[in-house]
Amino acid sequence: MNIHEFQAKDILKRFGVVVPRSIVATTPEEAKKAAQELGGGVCVVKAQIHAGGRGKGGGVKVVKNPDEAAARAGDMLGKNLVTHQTGPEGRKVRRVLVEQGLDIARELYLAMVLDRAQSRVTVICSSEGGVEIEKVAEEQPDKILKETIDPVIGLAPFQCRRIAIKLGIPAALTGKFIAAMQGLYRAFDECDAALAEINPLILTKDGQVMALDAKMNFDSNALFRHKDILALRDTDEEDPRELEASKFDLSYISLDGNIACMVNGAGLAMATMDIVKLYGGEPANFLDVGGGADKAKVANAFRILLADERVKGVLINIFGGIMRCDVLAQGVVDAARELSIKVPLVVRMQGTNVAEGRKILADSGLTIISAETMAEAAERIVKAIR
Amino acid sequence: MSILVNKSTRVLTQGITGATGQFHTKACKEYGTQMVAGVTPGKGGTAYEGIPIFDTVDQAVRQTGANATVIYVPPPFAADAILEAADANIPLIICITEGVPVRDMVKVKRYLTGRSSQLLGPNCPGTITPGECKIGIMPGHIHRQGTIGVVSRSGTLTYEAVDQLTRLGLGQSTCVGIGGDPVHGFDFLDVLKLFNDDPGTEAVVMIGEIGGSSEEEAAAWIKTNMKKPMAGFIAGQTAPSGKRMGHAGAIISGGKGTASEKVAAMKQAGIRMAASPADIGRSMQEALGK
Repeated sequence: MNIHEFQAKDILKRFGVVVPRSIVATTPEEAKKAAQELGGGVCVVKAQIHAGGRGKGGGVKVVKNPDEAAARAGDMLGKNLVTHQTGPEGRKVRRVLVEQGLDIARELYLAMVLDRAQSRVTVICSSEGGVEIEKVAEEQPDKILKETIDPVIGLAPFQCRRIAIKLGIPAALTGKFIAAMQGLYRAFDECDAALAEINPLILTKDGQVMALDAKMNFDSNALFRHKDILALRDTDEEDPRELEASKFDLSYISLDGNIACMVNGAGLAMATMDIVKLYGGEPANFLDVGGGADKAKVANAFRILLADERVKGVLINIFGGIMRCDVLAQGVVDAARELSIKVPLVVRMQGTNVAEGRKILADSGLTIISAETMAEAAERIVKAIR
Repeated sequence: MSILVNKSTRVLTQGITGATGQFHTKACKEYGTQMVAGVTPGKGGTAYEGIPIFDTVDQAVRQTGANATVIYVPPPFAADAILEAADANIPLIICITEGVPVRDMVKVKRYLTGRSSQLLGPNCPGTITPGECKIGIMPGHIHRQGTIGVVSRSGTLTYEAVDQLTRLGLGQSTCVGIGGDPVHGFDFLDVLKLFNDDPGTEAVVMIGEIGGSSEEEAAAWIKTNMKKPMAGFIAGQTAPSGKRMGHAGAIISGGKGTASEKVAAMKQAGIRMAASPADIGRSMQEALGK
């Protein structure tokens, strides 16, 4: 789960990371007032959307006074901001963060991520702050500093010092730098984050260490123990179909094609998308109905698939292990009747109770194209929509 | 011959009184697996399907000699169940539970360091040596005894592959689902080493997916060490970047963990890669020169 910059900064502040003074605004008038409250001088107006690359997309503006803050906020609010992460349609800006202007001496990069190969959290630091870290990793790999964290010990001060020295942090600021690192790690750990990134972490001319930007996202499997973080979820930022699917505990990802796919199991669902593409089709989505899906879940999944008006055909591929093919078939038949499906439907079933399942489909009186193998299923749906 | 589990494996179910635990314990018992004990705190002294239930893993192991455990307990308690099993020194711990927080698993892995227990999963289908022992949620009837080892990050895609193998007359020595989570126990490499040393395994199918670098690490080892023919497939060739494709671990992040990188590494290691998921069985056949 993603959250906004201003929310991430609120969390980091609680863990002792120093952040600039800032105020959230939803109208130009509020932005003006915020700039006045911050002293009336130089401020930065930042669009709050769940996507990176805001600066390049025109979503971060330095302003000299409150009137200018109002003007720039007016330019952003209610408009769609396009960045390299939003897709061509962009993301609607519903609020801006008005932040005090600062005299920056250095920009660094600091992040906590999971190192899958080591099954440990790793701190990543770089002298090249304010730019895309992937680019730095590719072009100047020696500029990336890492320390692996023992979960029992936490991020040890000696590890922070080692990084501080390599980065050439002035001795007078080392204490503040270490506090920022340890604060970020504690926030990551205690909030069950999947990523916590400060880019840039700045050293100011008046000797402060601050998080100028902040990005956090969270392990959705751990949200059951973080009601406060769950409350930060902004459903306006989510794909409406993905949001609807999540209500029924369905794993759904919107894609650009026109062949809707319903599959049980994530691996098989990805493989089904792959084979559709191999046969010249374009999948409209990834949808995993899960191992133990029941009739209602299948019906809901079906409804979500058909709500996408780009969909020209539906492919159902189920390998029944725990899930029984007869249960699936009944769910499909019920849903197809209820929704009076108008696009071609190909069903491929294998596994537990497959004979009973096929009989239900055959006896339903519905026009269902059935297939024996994955290849047949893909070939038939691609042909059917042509 | 086989790896990990066989006729003499004595299995404990942790979370035996929940609906999932009951369903699969019964199915595994019917398959012929020796299900010797169950654990549910507070239900000690009772029984399910003639299987005695204990309050703690320690008690269950002492009284039944269980040497493998399968965990179905809900995500908030799954990590603790693994720790309890490791504390009781059970050699093989299989965690089926989906949705265990990553932070819990990071701690579990730290705890397992230097201990005798080995972990399979979480978020995995389990493992099966056809005709001998099935531990987990895979449908037993699609498997057939034979000499092909199968290792995979997926559940249903593995069933698909196994079904293809069985239809082609290629039975399996052991099938192992390592699970789709970013932090897990057995990795491809661990399982491949076991298959390499198993005289009952003639060839191996490896099924990976996008995210992480386990496939690449395994490929590097395979290139110089694997003595047996291999076939493979990577799911997620059409998956977009930055989106989690169902499995917590199946995500392309920062341009890393793509299918094409993995396919290239595996091809370079001499693995016969199936371009289509419908051709996994056939690719194995070709790799065997049949």
